[in-house]
Amino acid sequence: MPKLDVLVLTGRTIEQGKGKEMGKLSKVYLDDVVQCNIDPQDMKTLKLKQNTNVKVTTNFGSVVLKAVKSPRAPHPKMIFISYGPWASMISDPRTNGTGMPSLKGIPAEIEPAPNERVLSLQELVNQLKMEA
Amino acid sequence: MAVITGVTCPVCGTFCDDIELIIENNVIVEARNACAMGAAKFLNYSAHRTKKPLIRKNGELVEVSMDEAVEKAAKILVDANYPLMYGWSNTSCEAIRTGLELGEEVGAVMDNTSTVCHGPSILSVQDVGIPSATLGQLRHRADLIIYWASNPWSAHPRHAERYTMFSDGRFEGSTWKSYLSRLRGVMSRKKIQRASNLVLKQDFCFTPQVEEGLPSSVHQKRRRTIVIDVRKTRTADAADCFFQVEPGTDYELLQALRVLVNDGELDVDEVAGIPIETLEQLADLLVNCKLGIIFFGLGLTMSKGKHRNIDAAINLTRDLNKRTKFLIMPMRGHYNVTGVNIVFTWQTGYPFAVDLSNGYPRYNPGETSAVDILSRDEADATMVIASDPVAHFPRAASKNIAKHPLIAIDPEVTPTTMLADVIIPPAFVGIEAEGTAYRMDHVPLPLKKVVEPPETCLSDQEILQRILQKVRELRRDMN
Ligand code: SF4
Repeated sequence: MPKLDVLVLTGRTIEQGKGKEMGKLSKVYLDDVVQCNIDPQDMKTLKLKQNTNVKVTTNFGSVVLKAVKSPRAPHPKMIFISYGPWASMISDPRTNGTGMPSLKGIPAEIEPAPNERVLSLQELVNQLKMEA
Repeated sequence: MAVITGVTCPVCGTFCDDIELIIENNVIVEARNACAMGAAKFLNYSAHRTKKPLIRKNGELVEVSMDEAVEKAAKILVDANYPLMYGWSNTSCEAIRTGLELGEEVGAVMDNTSTVCHGPSILSVQDVGIPSATLGQLRHRADLIIYWASNPWSAHPRHAERYTMFSDGRFEGSTWKSYLSRLRGVMSRKKIQRASNLVLKQDFCFTPQVEEGLPSSVHQKRRRTIVIDVRKTRTADAADCFFQVEPGTDYELLQALRVLVNDGELDVDEVAGIPIETLEQLADLLVNCKLGIIFFGLGLTMSKGKHRNIDAAINLTRDLNKRTKFLIMPMRGHYNVTGVNIVFTWQTGYPFAVDLSNGYPRYNPGETSAVDILSRDEADATMVIASDPVAHFPRAASKNIAKHPLIAIDPEVTPTTMLADVIIPPAFVGIEAEGTAYRMDHVPLPLKKVVEPPETCLSDQEILQRILQKVRELRRDMN
């Protein structure tokens, strides 16, 4: 399977913002926060089709997300994930003495994961409970 | 049917105060003037809410009375050695004040969501100060707007319409029309491209227009907007000019601009991926405006450099003030995150990450901040109010929230409430309960009560007051 070293950016999208106000169980929210926005050129390199699953791994964890062609391209070797429980699974907890974790520009590796599933919110919460 | 005007929107830091709500039978049926995010809240806030207090018994959440939930929450706080009380930016200043009293009573660490948004900006402001103004001043007078690492189109949807590029001020007008004509140009190019592709049956591409340096529109005599970001966001599409910086290089870019603004010379070809000639033109533009403003977002605080990026941005603003008038303002996220910093500072002397466990306030972000305390697994109980740290904190911190007793005061079902041992659902502040909140430019505005809450839901302030009372009773009994 092809792999690519990328930087992860997390942030707000209008869908995530709207979704969080409709409720964290709403379809609008859940559909948006599991998306991994990838540059179209990188999609080609990784031989990815729209909506296939990808695994993103950082030094702090890995998570399976849905690959989508970024509407805000070009941003080669940068992937964008909306703030939310899925993005938090791979973010950097180190705060460098400021209290602020590093939520943008986290080095990661991305690879296609056609045989892996995107976890549901309940499964993700259960995973945290198990790790506790 | 009732029409209520002048309602403030309890969603983002823009804190719009011109919302009109149509109410029928105690239900909001229409939200006029609100953006998609604001309307989503006013029209759907109740869709996934919890109405009755819940306690986890044998692994299952069961409904209990308010008294039982309050007693359980109070007991958890009294029994804990080092409780963390976190959240606060989505509630009223009045509730925050009561929360601080409770925190003092139980010796908690009090932290709010600015710790994971503009905490580094606050650290920087404490170091170097900040030249700022109200949004009203900027609406009327700012002729150069810079959104740096900030995407209001998605995070503060009406910011541009109310205060910057699309607002009609007294001395500076809206640039809506020029944006529309630019948009029409792009659309017609796309249409021609699609038609040519159909006719020629091949992929026909326009050669992209390569402009040397800055586009001519930034030299026009009107309000201009510049976006500086790592991605071409929707805000960038609407701006006159966009600079795409390489990730993690904002600090270099800010310092380079400082050199140029101070008439220094740089012996390099490019900085942060931008040619030096273009940067020189940008520096000229900054120096020659009448009143400029940098609105900066989390792209600066959350990436490499953190508060040092903000130091550089504020210092650039200071340098610019030797040549013209320039201001700077953080784009605060939640509607009352500014208020929580203000109330924390009144009561304890510090804006966030306040450790009250010694009986006096101690402030040392990096040590007394929520993510650090949780990552080191030091808090032996957590109370979360008006926030969802489990969704937004890194996994290393969230898993330790799950390890110890967790109280959630939140009307919505969230990853945090899904892990909680006690859930007390309050009335929604700004819809079912009133109070005060501070807009991002430190202007206090009232939160209105427009519908009645369910009978089982009290306001955040009342819930905290009851827990405080119970804590005092329990501690009296223990002595
Ligand atoms: S911009 Fe923010 S405050 Fe204004 S209506 Fe939209 S969400 Fe509400």
